Amino acid sequence: MATFLGINLFGLFGQLLVGLINGSFYALLSLGLAIIFGLLKIINFAQGALYMVGAFFAWIALDSMGVNYWAALVFVPLAVGAIGVLMERFLLRPIANEDHLYSLLLTFGLALILQGTFTHLYGSSGLSYAIPEALKGGTRLPFMYLPNYRAWIIVASLVVCAGTWYMIEKTKLGAYLRAGTENPALMQAFGINVPLIVTLTFGFGVGLAGLAGVMAAPVYAVSPEMGSNMLIVVFAIVVIGGMGSIGGAILTGLGMGIVEGLTKYFYPEASTTVIFVVMVVVLLTKPAGLFGKEA
Amino acid sequence: MKSMKKSLLCAAVASAFVVSGAQAAGISDDKVKIGVLADMGGPYADVCGPGCVTAVEMAVEDFGGKVLGKPIEIVSADDQNKPDIGSAKVREWIESQDVDVVTGLVASSVTGAVTKVLTDAKKIALISTSASHAFTTKACSPYNAHWTYNVVALANGTVKPMVEAGKKKWFFITADYAFGHALEKVASGVINSNGGEVVGAVRAPLGTTDFSSYVLQAQASGADVVALANAGSDFVNSLKTAAEFGLTETVDVAGLLVFTPNAKALDANIAGGMKLTTGFYWDLDEKTREWSARFKARHGSIPAMGQAGAYSMTMHYLNAIKAAGTDEGEAVMAQMKATKPDDFFARNATLRADGRMVHDMYQVRIKKADERKNDDDIFAVEKVIPGDQAFGKMLDSCNFAAK
Repeated sequence: MATFLGINLFGLFGQLLVGLINGSFYALLSLGLAIIFGLLKIINFAQGALYMVGAFFAWIALDSMGVNYWAALVFVPLAVGAIGVLMERFLLRPIANEDHLYSLLLTFGLALILQGTFTHLYGSSGLSYAIPEALKGGTRLPFMYLPNYRAWIIVASLVVCAGTWYMIEKTKLGAYLRAGTENPALMQAFGINVPLIVTLTFGFGVGLAGLAGVMAAPVYAVSPEMGSNMLIVVFAIVVIGGMGSIGGAILTGLGMGIVEGLTKYFYPEASTTVIFVVMVVVLLTKPAGLFGKEA
Repeated sequence: MKSMKKSLLCAAVASAFVVSGAQAAGISDDKVKIGVLADMGGPYADVCGPGCVTAVEMAVEDFGGKVLGKPIEIVSADDQNKPDIGSAKVREWIESQDVDVVTGLVASSVTGAVTKVLTDAKKIALISTSASHAFTTKACSPYNAHWTYNVVALANGTVKPMVEAGKKKWFFITADYAFGHALEKVASGVINSNGGEVVGAVRAPLGTTDFSSYVLQAQASGADVVALANAGSDFVNSLKTAAEFGLTETVDVAGLLVFTPNAKALDANIAGGMKLTTGFYWDLDEKTREWSARFKARHGSIPAMGQAGAYSMTMHYLNAIKAAGTDEGEAVMAQMKATKPDDFFARNATLRADGRMVHDMYQVRIKKADERKNDDDIFAVEKVIPGDQAFGKMLDSCNFAAK
């Protein structure tokens, strides 16, 4: 077995790959959060709960309507996005001009309500969602066994992340979006419906959480708690990447997955803490985050 | 022989004293009040929680709602798995609400804090769902009754037969808190004393979502068995990942603490075939089916072992009050220990002097998808483990009959 400085290299490669898988998942989740914060300046604490709702919707769709995984990948993000649209239109808009703390508290309350509702309806033990037939099994690499579904997670989330980044940073639609949130009055004078753009952007960001929920359902326990476990880590990633930086959120998500994976190998007890240690160091040295612009 | 006679005499005198004192005491505050403390909405809500409240309500109703002519009341509270919240609640119950006994009790950390408060107040703790064996060993108390199971029974029931069957090398994926550590320690002891060895262990923080890194380490360890010393969603997540990475195909994966709601939450194709130890299963015989059907009609799901245990111990407690003629803690506990619990849950049972309720445990196998007749058909009972083999010996330091 190949070793270097007493470290089993094959084991290390395995951990790096596993870290990359988790990282791509983090990237997908923090992307939605970064869009909502970066463009709309809303701190959405309900993002984790909506990720949980996405996983539950996938389960409900399969269990009671026979909608399979592939269809759920399309419909569930739309349904969760629709919830986001309603949230923005009827709850967040009335307080849009207040301090950021109001939206933070409102979305935090919503997250608790959603989590409580699903615990009441489905219990706390979780539900089971099988891996789709086409993605069962795996490939034996020289250093580890890679389940096909995990490979699919990497590919799918990287495609979604890259596509979203391109759309916002490089296309005309993205330019409208950025301009509309930067200077709403001017954009409205040009005849752009800014409130509609804001609503749809929020819906899109939330829909990404729904998509991540569907992708998580086959591999993690579908339970009401799953969102709150994830949310804090994802928030830390957004902070490290630089609040509002979309590319930063994606790259930091991948990077933190790898850092966490290595910690799980060398000192597992610290694996849930390491991201916050990084956050503290980054905030002390670069308060705006790794990719953020100094305010 | 002489000393035995002497101690028998002492016991007789003492019990006469207790009984006469008891009759004077009667029922305090003209009611018996039972507090049910559990995680009501968090990760362990399904294994006790509101279901334990239902079970206690059923016991009180079946008992007739009154004991010695006085009403029986039930209060309940959510401890959120936090020891400080749990002990503050129990203190409040004792000081301002005249609560006589506390049952439910899930997370071992909460139970540890609460039993101290109860012992100081000379009130009984009826522990239904906690796993740690501390409450009848290093933290034992004359006011503790630990009912359903503990880590010792789990290790003896699940680990020992596997080691004896030739599975010698073990790897642990352990929940990184008191319960996981206790389970790993006790199970390692059983492995070593039966000629096996522990080749490695990882401590995964509570609430870890992704176990793939630990599964890879387990895979690389060359173990025959990977033991999951965790519970709830940690167990579900770690087993799912083990199956996904093909670990379940090459080695045995043993779930050391599996409650029926967790087993239900897993795909039968992944969990099917796994052997585990439980203190109760709804489909054992006519008696368990009858009670479980009544429970399901009220609660909506089949009972987990701690919920069945909560009924059994509440019933035993109320019977003891009736027989002792008082609700005073010491006298009731003496009566509980003097009478053998015997109902649909407690088989070949006795409440030992250390507060450990020793009863038949069951080695079961999770059924595969094609064996299941309905959603509730989860376990196949393979073997009944007699209580004395499962729970081990009593510590002399906790033998309250000798004190």
